[in-house]
Amino acid sequence: MLARIVYNLLQVAVVMGFSPLLAGTINRLKEVVQSKRGPSLLQPYRDIWKFFHKDEVISEQSSWIFRFTPYVVFTAPVFVTLLIPVLTSYPLFLAFMGDMLGGGFVLALAGFFATLAAVDTANPYGPMGASRTRLVGFLAEPVFMIVFFTVSFVAGSTIPYIVQQQWVQPLSNFFEPAHVLILLAFFMLILAEGGRIPVDNPSGHFELAMIDESKSLEYSGPAAALMKWGGEMKLFVLICIFLNVLLTPWGLAGSTALSEVLLAIPLVMLKVFIFALVLIIVESSLAKLRLFRISEFLGAAFIISVAAMISWLFAI
Amino acid sequence: MNPTSFLPQLNALAGGLFLLCTFGMVATRQVQGCMRFFIWQSIFLASSAFLLGVHPVVWDLLAVAAINLINKPVLIPWLLRKTVPEEVYTRREIDQALNIPISLLIALGLVIAAYVITAPLLRIPAGPSVGVNLPIGLAALLLGAYTLTVRREAVPQLLGLLAMENGAFFTSIAIAPELHLFVELVVAFDVLIAVFVIGVLTRALQEHIGTTNVGSLAALKEESAP
Repeated sequence: MLARIVYNLLQVAVVMGFSPLLAGTINRLKEVVQSKRGPSLLQPYRDIWKFFHKDEVISEQSSWIFRFTPYVVFTAPVFVTLLIPVLTSYPLFLAFMGDMLGGGFVLALAGFFATLAAVDTANPYGPMGASRTRLVGFLAEPVFMIVFFTVSFVAGSTIPYIVQQQWVQPLSNFFEPAHVLILLAFFMLILAEGGRIPVDNPSGHFELAMIDESKSLEYSGPAAALMKWGGEMKLFVLICIFLNVLLTPWGLAGSTALSEVLLAIPLVMLKVFIFALVLIIVESSLAKLRLFRISEFLGAAFIISVAAMISWLFAI
Repeated sequence: MNPTSFLPQLNALAGGLFLLCTFGMVATRQVQGCMRFFIWQSIFLASSAFLLGVHPVVWDLLAVAAINLINKPVLIPWLLRKTVPEEVYTRREIDQALNIPISLLIALGLVIAAYVITAPLLRIPAGPSVGVNLPIGLAALLLGAYTLTVRREAVPQLLGLLAMENGAFFTSIAIAPELHLFVELVVAFDVLIAVFVIGVLTRALQEHIGTTNVGSLAALKEESAP
């Protein structure tokens, strides 16, 4: 019992500790693809460190929501980390506290607060980005729903630890067309939710075009650090769900031995690194979509997820 | 584990990707993209035929796979490149009667319809892969017909026609694996000729009118003698 509590906390530590590294890796490799040298891998850590040591400026016009939001944005991915398999293939202490739908709700709560905070300061770019985020969000919602319901229908459960066993036992389940289509739809969902390139440009600093970035424009000092760190953790958590629940539930610790759990950390990081490579290929080879084309992108994701559902329902 | 037990699964996977490519043909805006999706669709068709024919070995299916692999992903695009002028490909936006999200939703409805229509047929015991190939082939047929209806550009319309043909093939390789090889050969050459004729026609259109937008060709026009 004690081990499961400790490992649960270890998961949180891994997500908190390695998510800036993931962001740094993606940034660095993207610059390398563009034949530049790029910032150091550790740059996100330095950014966060620097932000924590700076003064904070808060508009007098803003309400408590603006001050409260960074904590919500920071803690939501931490809560979700408690629910999903990051290092182990068996349920940890808090695994049954909430299912995947619960995790989705917690992340949506953070998005809700970030939207409110962006509107709060009356900076002209904040509400614009916030409304665009809502646009992407409500188009992504049906995809999330269908993917989630198909996955839990197949597994007969909504707990991610149980779902992850389903697609690889027997191994031929892995090649099920429903599975492949679900993977594709979820990948497109990650691109949309994580603000990656066909939907949003994460490294663009052009205010009129930005979607995700503009919500945290008004933040400074420690609050900015929390927002930045929270965003990085959210991407890491989404990738963990994708890799450990849906795509490759291998390399996770099977027993409660400490050595095995520690060995799982580099294996998981290797998987995340390979995913980052795929992400970089996608980001470097596509152009950002025009705003009103996003509905087509996510519409395609929706169609794919429904096709997955149909092919599962009828192929019995 | 016996590796042949994976074959039906892999065939199902090829079917899923085949369906996905057909969706892509409906969804894409560019002639180039439409062509690329068609090429992939044909490759998945060939791989499905290969997977169905490899164990137990059915030479007809393997021949179908080979014919398809040569004919559709290689010969037809090459022929279209040769006959249709370059301007048609460089045009990025395809004119459509409906916008993309709506036509995707209609496409989805067609796929569901295909599954619902074929469900009673599948109660009859048949080969192992009919359950995959019959509904997906029918869906590709319907989607091809839909593309043909909704697109107003000559080359994507042709590709819609070819997608219909691919769908019919996709069904037939599971239902009638012993279909005579001659039929396959005849169809393959027929398709090639059709592509050639339409390609030449498109070229003439492009040269005379400067557009291949067949949707706007509603009125007769007298051509002045040169």
